[in-house]
Amino acid sequence: MLSIRNLRASVEGKEILKGINLEIKAGEVHAIMGPNGSGKSTLANVLAGKADYEVLGGEVTYLGQNLLELSPEVRSRSGLFLSFQYPVEIPGVPMINFLKASVNEHRKFKGLEPLTAGEFLKLMRAKKDMLHLDTELTNRSVNEGFSGGEKKKNEIFQMAMLEPKLAILDETDSGLDIDALRIVAEGVNALKTPENATIVVTHYQRLLDYIVPDFVHVLYKGKIVLSGGKELALELEEKGYDWIKNGNEN
Amino acid sequence: MSIISEKISPTDQLASLFEQSREILNQGSSPLLNRMREVSFKRFAQTGIPDFKNEDYKYTNLKPAFEKSYRQELVRESGLINLNEVFKCNLPQLDTHLVFLVNGWFYSGNNPVAELPKGVVLGSLEQIANEKPELLQNYLNRQAGLSNDPFVALNSAFAKDGYFLFIPKGVVIEKPIQIINLLSSDENLMATQRNLVIAEASSQVKLLICDHTLTSTSFLFNTVSEIFVGEDALVDVYTIQNHHNQSTSINSAFYKQERNSNLVTGTVSLHGGLIRNNLKVTFNGDHAEANVNGISFTDKKQHVDNFTMIEHASPNCLSNQIYKNILDDESTGAFAGRIHVARDAQQTVAFQRNNNVLLSDKARMQTKPQLIIDADDVKCSHGATVGQIDEDALFFLRARGIGEKDARMMLMNAFAHEVILKISIEPLRERIDELIEKRLNGEISRCHDCNYQCNC
Repeated sequence: MLSIRNLRASVEGKEILKGINLEIKAGEVHAIMGPNGSGKSTLANVLAGKADYEVLGGEVTYLGQNLLELSPEVRSRSGLFLSFQYPVEIPGVPMINFLKASVNEHRKFKGLEPLTAGEFLKLMRAKKDMLHLDTELTNRSVNEGFSGGEKKKNEIFQMAMLEPKLAILDETDSGLDIDALRIVAEGVNALKTPENATIVVTHYQRLLDYIVPDFVHVLYKGKIVLSGGKELALELEEKGYDWIKNGNEN
Repeated sequence: MSIISEKISPTDQLASLFEQSREILNQGSSPLLNRMREVSFKRFAQTGIPDFKNEDYKYTNLKPAFEKSYRQELVRESGLINLNEVFKCNLPQLDTHLVFLVNGWFYSGNNPVAELPKGVVLGSLEQIANEKPELLQNYLNRQAGLSNDPFVALNSAFAKDGYFLFIPKGVVIEKPIQIINLLSSDENLMATQRNLVIAEASSQVKLLICDHTLTSTSFLFNTVSEIFVGEDALVDVYTIQNHHNQSTSINSAFYKQERNSNLVTGTVSLHGGLIRNNLKVTFNGDHAEANVNGISFTDKKQHVDNFTMIEHASPNCLSNQIYKNILDDESTGAFAGRIHVARDAQQTVAFQRNNNVLLSDKARMQTKPQLIIDADDVKCSHGATVGQIDEDALFFLRARGIGEKDARMMLMNAFAHEVILKISIEPLRERIDELIEKRLNGEISRCHDCNYQCNC
């Protein structure tokens, strides 16, 4: 589904990603871990197409296409979803209008008719029930005045509405208490199918108790320095990132 | 060898026109109008057309507009086609009492406004000043006459007609009154319009004013409106300005509020060459409230200047101003908001905010808040921002599949929406949202005459 080869990227002239290689197949859950500043969020944002990041080299193939040539909106419509680390507040844009526009853009891309207001509301209710979300969030402007937990739940709700093929969860656990964390993780698990894949970007092992990865990769200084199964996350938790840092230098 | 060019200044040209036209100006007009002409013209001539050295006109240069030559319609011209048929308003879902003015004159073919509550007078200022001077005599020029603004004085010198609205004590007009000001001429035209609104104690009225140009000739539109808001009265005034790029529009509105009255104004500048809006609110009684809002959209070389003055002359009053501008291309904008709290106006609450979005590197915005506070127990604040579209929000929307153009539109609409929300007529709010979307899509600027489905 996604194939990253020797990807290098910089932000504000500073090289952050220094040659990433990663293969992701349908049905897989990959965790990307690493200390602060290792390039985790940069990777997530480069894949989503944020303009602040400059790709210096390498290739990314997504569903047979050159991902790096696609605009952020086309990436999204093609099934790539980034759950933001810091979801932005947009006062004046009602959540419901935004989401309807988003869902209908995805449908248009697939050659489907836009949903009517009634169909859209029905879909929204179904997804809310599935995720056990309170109904209040959609009556407000996008993320405006939301708590940290509400913003993250809202991201997962959008994910449920858009049913992505590849979801990238950027530090979805940051700022969440344990209850919110569980709701978010259960949501992600509920959306999992053999056809889609998930990349979980996280600093802590905690989230991986709830979203169990098939593969764990450790990112350090812009490179994947270690890959393994889910037990690697536990080992990291036990030994700390110093283990990687020292190991890397020795 | 030297070449002496004798160029007559616009002020001198207006002076000679005034001299020559004295008789025509006075003809058919009420003494109430005629008695203000001489003194007003003198006042205008003292200042002339202001340049940037005049602090109040620092950011708006009206000289080029006045250097063009215009004809003036000093007598009512008939022969216009039936506007009720030709001009279909773009706010069709609105159920309003509708009247037209053409080139500053109350249109004689207006359908009589039926169903207005008893005692309400809506009509031509010229006619009513002649027929019922007792309705006007304590109001006409009572606010505008105190102004030092040269264009207000110029208006008082040349004013012949405009609309007059009188709402007697306790009368509530449920349906909005819609006033459509049209400009239409085969030659360049300077139009003067003088309006007067008297809302007596405990009355209620909502006014919707739409400004349009129907021909592509240059216009210089100079309006003065005096609005008296009686005790406990509720008055809303929404203005939609939609002139073409060869037009200059100077609008001065004076609001005087008595105790416990409530005023809401909303000025939506959709399109125009140069627009200058002077707006003054004077609190003449305590516990009155004014919400004064505006939004403008400019592109190409357009210029919009909102100049407000809130005079807190009485204690316990509240004023709240939100002005926003979205500027593209080489357009420019200005906002100057003055709040004066008089010495005894304790417990005043006065807020002011001006937010601006620049969509291009060449667009410019000047913003100047000015608070003059002579009382000690007051709550006042002001703030101004000039920025670009929020790139993070734009990326967020695009990352959810919304195309860049639509995402920008969504963000601009959201920016404008805060001002639109202040409009109390719900169908109007929805309609203005649509108009704004059209404006931002460039659909309005494509038609140089007007965006409305008229056959002109």
